[in-house]
Amino acid sequence: MSAMSGPAIEILGLTKDYAVGFWRKRMRRSLDNLTLQIEEGEVFGFLGPNGAGKTTTLKLLMGLIFPTAGKARIRGRSIEDVRMHRDIGFMPEQPYFYDYLTARELLDYYARFSNFATAERRGRVVKTLSRVGLSEAADLQLRKFSKGMLQRVGIAQAILHDPQVIFLDEPMSGLDPVGRLEVRDIILDLKKQGRTVFFSTHILSDAEMLCDRVGVLHLGKLQGVGAPEEIVSIEVVGMEILFEARALPANLTGRATKIGKRYRIAVQEAELYATLELLRGHEARILSVSPVRPTLEDYFMQLVRGQHSSEAAEVNPQ
Amino acid sequence: MKIMSGAVAINTFREAVRDRVLYNLVIFALMMIGAAILVGQISIGIERLVIINLGLSAISIFGLIMAIFMGVGLVYKEIEKRTLYSLLSKPIYRWEFLVGKYGGLLLTLGVNTSLMALGLAAALFYVGRPFLRSDVSIVVAIYFILLELALVTAFALFFSCFSSPMLSTLFTLGIYVAGIFAKGIHDFGELTHNPAIEGTTRALYFLLPNFHNFNVIAAAAHGESVPFSLVWQNTLYTTLYGALVLLGASAVFSRRNLK
Repeated sequence: MSAMSGPAIEILGLTKDYAVGFWRKRMRRSLDNLTLQIEEGEVFGFLGPNGAGKTTTLKLLMGLIFPTAGKARIRGRSIEDVRMHRDIGFMPEQPYFYDYLTARELLDYYARFSNFATAERRGRVVKTLSRVGLSEAADLQLRKFSKGMLQRVGIAQAILHDPQVIFLDEPMSGLDPVGRLEVRDIILDLKKQGRTVFFSTHILSDAEMLCDRVGVLHLGKLQGVGAPEEIVSIEVVGMEILFEARALPANLTGRATKIGKRYRIAVQEAELYATLELLRGHEARILSVSPVRPTLEDYFMQLVRGQHSSEAAEVNPQ
Repeated sequence: MKIMSGAVAINTFREAVRDRVLYNLVIFALMMIGAAILVGQISIGIERLVIINLGLSAISIFGLIMAIFMGVGLVYKEIEKRTLYSLLSKPIYRWEFLVGKYGGLLLTLGVNTSLMALGLAAALFYVGRPFLRSDVSIVVAIYFILLELALVTAFALFFSCFSSPMLSTLFTLGIYVAGIFAKGIHDFGELTHNPAIEGTTRALYFLLPNFHNFNVIAAAAHGESVPFSLVWQNTLYTTLYGALVLLGASAVFSRRNLK
């Protein structure tokens, strides 16, 4: 572990333009002046709809593409410095590996870049395979692996050398619920060990559950950064009542949703007491009353709707 | 920092073996067996000439096909399949990756050529020919074939850093053919007595790889010796020219955005 002070990841004005078109090339901005700082030991979720610039950011940080402007440092080292890679692990989106290798051979190959002695290298491979639940499939060629298994191999190669900062591009995509739970556990485990985890996702429940902070990216621009509850504001937008009743009051029919034997209804804060009175009058049994706050999902959808309306305005300016 | 190319080279070799690239040896072996039996029946006294000519030409052609078709996919395949994304997130320079891929293919070509050389030796043994001192020139001819393949591979790798396999194949083949006729291009310029054409052909002669000096198959078949000066000249030429082409490949690839 190299000694360092300061943020784990520091991104300053990172911008990426791509040339598009065959004959008449024009530039399209994929990432616009991204400035972001992530502290040591933080789990940071990078959110945004498809095409928001999440993968572009990760590719820039990994040195797979080069920025048009701006710079970034990971654990104090510039992303142009190849030594920076000793301290990081990266799992690309929908990872694909040399399918003629077995999982064990692949990890052994990657471990060679970390200069471990032979015995330690082999030991790490075995330990990591077990950590991602692939011990049984260790000697199977990767061409026989399912998408979920490949995802686990992707995580395994990212954490194999025990890096301080781990970047995961859509780590939950393609996984079944059990697989997602296992990946969540791995991320939480890494957090317990004090590692910094930076992952992109569009599965918001995962971000809400795992992240200390999230950043929301949209059309290449950072829309906000903060704890998941901060980013969506703490303002209560309504109240939710859960109740049991033999019959619904006439003016609530159509507004309440039946879930098994129970009903759920969302009302404005101002009409809460009147609704409760009404339900009591109909001998309803109130089970719970809880405030409704916007979720990351709502925030996300607002952004996407905003994108669609601005695209529509571009197509039809009238 | 330890050079990481070795691991990449071994993996490239392993890929070739597992993708059954060395199966071409079976075809070569069948060809050699067939030729040895046939030649023994139809060509009295010139078995040596025919077998050596046929064997060395086959070694050269098989090697060339492998060098071009595998070389043009070396980098392209890693980008297309995105296997490079995980690899370049490790502490490895892009030039180390290129050198590793190059080394891996050279190792494959080396093993392949050595096994074919053994096949040729077996065919010669079969037609009942004792091994002579002049057979050293057969070994030199095989060594020159390897040098030629090393240069062709360097070009294939260079082109695969920025173009599709189809175009890279055309470019590499073009360079190879032009390299065979480099001396002819130069001589043609001299004949025209036109300073502009002479200047152009001379420039081309120095720019293009000169494969003319690598072909000593006829000399080897006739049992003639190959001058030692040609051995070290060709070795030095391949080393320097190959290094320059790899340097060019590295310069292109080091700034390439991997989309």
